[in-house]
Amino acid sequence: MPVESARDLTSLTRQMRVDIIRMIEAAGSGHPGGSLSVIDLLAVLYGRVLKHDPANPGWQERDRLILSKGHACPALYCAMAYAGYFPRERLMTLRKLGSPLQGHPDRKRLPGIEFSSGSLGQGLSAGLGMALAAKLEGKPWRTYVILGDGELQEGQCWEAFMAAPKFGLDNLVAVVDFNNGQIDGPVSEVMPIEPLAEKLKAFGWSVQTIDGHDLDRIEACLRAAAAAEEGHPQAVIAKTIKGKGVSFMENNIAWHGSAPKKAEADRAVAEILGGR
Amino acid sequence: MAAKATREAFGEALVALGEKNPSIVALDADLSKSTMTAAFAKKFPKRHFDFGIAEQNMIGAAAGLALSGKIPFAASFACFLVGRLEPIRIAVAYNDSNVKLVGTHAGLGIGEDGTSQMGLEDVGALRSLPGMVILQPADAVETVQAVEWAAEHRGPVYLRLTRQKMEDVHAPDYKFEAGKADVLWTSEGASHFQATIFASGGPVPQALAAARDLRSRGFHARLVNCCSLAPFDSDAVARAAQDSERLVCVEDHNVVGALGSAVCEAAASRGLGVPVVRLGTRSFGESATAAELYEKYGLSADHIIEACLRPLG
Repeated sequence: MPVESARDLTSLTRQMRVDIIRMIEAAGSGHPGGSLSVIDLLAVLYGRVLKHDPANPGWQERDRLILSKGHACPALYCAMAYAGYFPRERLMTLRKLGSPLQGHPDRKRLPGIEFSSGSLGQGLSAGLGMALAAKLEGKPWRTYVILGDGELQEGQCWEAFMAAPKFGLDNLVAVVDFNNGQIDGPVSEVMPIEPLAEKLKAFGWSVQTIDGHDLDRIEACLRAAAAAEEGHPQAVIAKTIKGKGVSFMENNIAWHGSAPKKAEADRAVAEILGGR
Repeated sequence: MAAKATREAFGEALVALGEKNPSIVALDADLSKSTMTAAFAKKFPKRHFDFGIAEQNMIGAAAGLALSGKIPFAASFACFLVGRLEPIRIAVAYNDSNVKLVGTHAGLGIGEDGTSQMGLEDVGALRSLPGMVILQPADAVETVQAVEWAAEHRGPVYLRLTRQKMEDVHAPDYKFEAGKADVLWTSEGASHFQATIFASGGPVPQALAAARDLRSRGFHARLVNCCSLAPFDSDAVARAAQDSERLVCVEDHNVVGALGSAVCEAAASRGLGVPVVRLGTRSFGESATAAELYEKYGLSADHIIEACLRPLG
C-alpha cells in the first residue's frame, strides 16, 4: 500500500520494522540497530515529504535523497517498497546473489537509489553537488542527505558542511540520525561529536533538533526545512534510539551489525506488533 | 608552434568546450591558476566552483553534479587529487558518475616543489578502478583532442597533465583515438628494430630524441606514444614484439602500476616472450629542475638510449 494513502503512518512504520527484522534475519547478516533508528525518518520522507514518482524513478524534477549511512539500507528498501518502487516480496532478497538489494545501496542495481553509498562520509558531498546542479538550472527540487552521527567523525563531512553555506544551498537538507551508537561503542565515547547543533550553526547552517521517532514532529520539521529560502542549508538533528521498537536491541551496540536468529526475530516481531 | 604545457592546452580547450556545451562545469581546490581552469572561471564564473583546500569534498560534489546531468572537470595536482582515492573509488568509479578528473603537475616534472607535490603513483592507483579511462597526452595537439573526447565520453576519465612545457610531437592533422597507441617515429626503412620504445606524457620528447639519436648511431628504434593508458592498446605491444628485440617503457611515474606494468601485462598475457625494460621512478623524488630530475632518475635521452642497447642480464 502506498504510504500516501495510509491513514496511520504509525502502524505502517510498525510493519516496516517487522520487515526490517525479517529481511535481516533472512539475509543472515545486516545492520538492524541503525535501520530501526532511521526508519521513522525515512517513512515520513518517502510517505509525506519527498516529491517523487516511484513509477518513474528518473523523473527529472524529483527531490533527491541520499542515505549516506548506507548500512541502514534495509530501512531505505522498506520505505521504497512501501512507496511503490518495487514489490514488497523482493525485500526478502536482501544481500542475496543477484539481488538489486545489495548490502549497501547501489544506484546501478536499484532504480530510485540516487547515490551508491556505504563508504561513510561521502553522501553529503554528493548531495551538495546535486543541490548545486539544481541551483545552476534554477530548479525547485531539493536534496536530502541522511547521515549517521558516528559518520560525522569523517573529515569529509566537515568539508561539505563548510562548503554548502558558501554556495547558498538552501535547497540542501542534512538529516542526522543521532542514535549515539557506533560499532566500537557510544559515539560520545569513541569520538565525541557534540556539541553538534552549535558546530553546525557555527558553520552557517540552520539547525533544528527533534525527536526522530515523533512522526508528526519529523514531518513538520522537514516541511519547514523544505520551505527554507534564506540562503542557509538546513540541518535536522534527529535524536533517535538505536534498535528502536525492540526492547533487547534498543541502545545495545551488539545489534549494530548482527542478524537476529529465528527465535530472536520472532520475539522482536511479537514485541513490535504487540505495541500496536 | 611554441612549446606549451599540457595543462595550458587543457585550460584553453576547456574554455572552448564551455562555449559550446553549457553542461560543462569546472571545480578546483585552490589551485585554479596552476591547473589552468582560471580562464574558464573568468569566462563562466557561475559554472566554476572553488572548494578551497578540500579535495575529497570537491570530488564528491563533482559526482553529485554529474549525477544531475552536468559534466564536471575537477582539477588539482595529480598527487592531491588521486591521494583522495576513496571518494574517487566510490563517488566516481563505483557510482559510474560522469566526472572528469584532471591531475596536473604530474611526476618529477613539477621540479623544485619536490616530493610531496609529485604524483608518481596516481596512474597505478586509478588503473585498478573498473571503468576508469586514463589519458596522458604528450603535447597540445593531443591534449585538446583528449579533453574534447573526455567531454563526449559518458563515464569517469582521468587526464594526467604536465607542468613543464611540451614541444608538439604530433602534426596538426593527428587524430587521437581512445584505446589506441600511435607510432610517433620509426627508423625509416627498417624491418627489424633493436627496440620499440613505449612512452607516455612528460618524457615523450626525450624518447623521441633517443630514437633519432639511435638512428644516427646505426641502430633502429620505433617510438610508440601511449596517451591512452586505460584502456590500453595491447595490440600495439603484440605488433612491436614481432620485429623488436626488446620493448623499452618510458614514463614519469613509478615503474609499478602504470605504462611499464601495462606493457608487461600485455606481453605476458599474450605469451610474447619479449624482454621489457621499464624506465621510471623506483623511489620518491626530490627538488631540482625537471630536466635535472629526468637526468638523475633515468628519463633523459641518454638513459633511454642506454636502455635500448645495454646487454640484458
